[in-house]
Amino acid sequence: MDIENRILKQDKRAAARLISMVENRDPEGLKILQNLYSHSGNAYVIGITGPPGAGKSTLTDKLVKLLRKQDKKVAIIAVDPTSPFTGGAILGDRVRMNDLSIDKGVFIRSMGARGHLGGISEATAAAIKILDIFGSDYIIVETVGVGQSEIDIVRNCDTTLMVMVPGLGDDIQAIKAGIMEIGDVFAVNKADRDGASRTAREIDMMLDYNKHLEWRPPVKLVVASENQGTVELLEAILEHKKHLIETGKLEQKRISNAKNEVVEMIKERIERSILDKSQNEEKLIEFSKRIVKRTIDPFTVVDLLFETYKSSVTIK
Amino acid sequence: MERPIRVLVAKPGLDGHDRGAKVIARALRDAGMEVIYTGLRQTAEQIVNAAIQEDVDCVAMSILSGAHNTLLPKVVELLTAENATDILVLGGGVIPYEDIPFLKEKGIKEIFTPGSTTQTIIDYIRENVNR
Repeated sequence: MDIENRILKQDKRAAARLISMVENRDPEGLKILQNLYSHSGNAYVIGITGPPGAGKSTLTDKLVKLLRKQDKKVAIIAVDPTSPFTGGAILGDRVRMNDLSIDKGVFIRSMGARGHLGGISEATAAAIKILDIFGSDYIIVETVGVGQSEIDIVRNCDTTLMVMVPGLGDDIQAIKAGIMEIGDVFAVNKADRDGASRTAREIDMMLDYNKHLEWRPPVKLVVASENQGTVELLEAILEHKKHLIETGKLEQKRISNAKNEVVEMIKERIERSILDKSQNEEKLIEFSKRIVKRTIDPFTVVDLLFETYKSSVTIK
Repeated sequence: MERPIRVLVAKPGLDGHDRGAKVIARALRDAGMEVIYTGLRQTAEQIVNAAIQEDVDCVAMSILSGAHNTLLPKVVELLTAENATDILVLGGGVIPYEDIPFLKEKGIKEIFTPGSTTQTIIDYIRENVNR
């Protein structure tokens, strides 16, 4: 039985294989994904982000267990940083989810960010679709949160959960643009530590500055390792889901996400077309030397490379 | 970017000594591989489930408790049942030389005993994964 049929029959190995194929840009994999695309769109995607060490994986483990009690099929995509120098990665989020390893209703896939500081690579976006087609009711995407660039996660998920911990810096950290604006739900984890209530209050205050929020993100205190506060947190996430569906915002969001995705893919394809051809790589290095010598400026270089690409396309 | 080799580093059974496994994990990462580190007290079933979902090229198990003759072949058995015999299975840790032939016969391709260099292991994986 081929991969397509096997995935529709919820064969885990087939899904895992397809994720690898697409991650490695195997054209056959892309073809299969295209063929199966119409089967996607059923899963609800929850993004979990926050600074390293905030307890995202531990929290994911607890939230998924709660979803499993509701008999939902869940997929988890856990993204960890890739070394920009060696291309390697330690994907260690599974360590916090051992019980889920043998749960037949759970699929866990670890992925390296492979250069995407925003936490979601093209491959991750494809994996979300594949696990959707596979039959997941919920997909949880857990990413590297550097605290400043989680915008990707918003574009790929329906609800974004921001996990913070007490004591990671002052109020200024909290009000930096980007962090406050992307969370649909906030969790202050390790709430048994000093400063937890204060951190929660600070977040609440920041959120209240904007009096016109249609959805006022709830801020929940949790201690993930002790499974405290997790039921209320899941309820808050599902409340947000209900809100999006009832206001029609879910569809709007998904349309906007689809548009962003096409734009990103176009950018990426242009970059690959112009820069990947081996002659252009050497040319690029030559140009760079001249730029540093100031015998040419970078803007002219870009124009030249673009012209070359355009004429190579028209010749065909 | 050339596709990285994916390796599952696991500690089967009741053995809490993970320093070696972590050293290997870091070395493999520095060699450009994606290492899925599953941590301690893994059952054979957990290891195989992870290997399938993560679509790894290699499963590398570290064991110092003496239970290797039972646990390592068990993992190979479950992988075979899942039709995943293309995954390279390796073992390491405190494993007596006399047990190595038995383990190889059971499908563990190579055993790296104390004293093996990380470079030897990296090279072996690169040369022997099925890709």
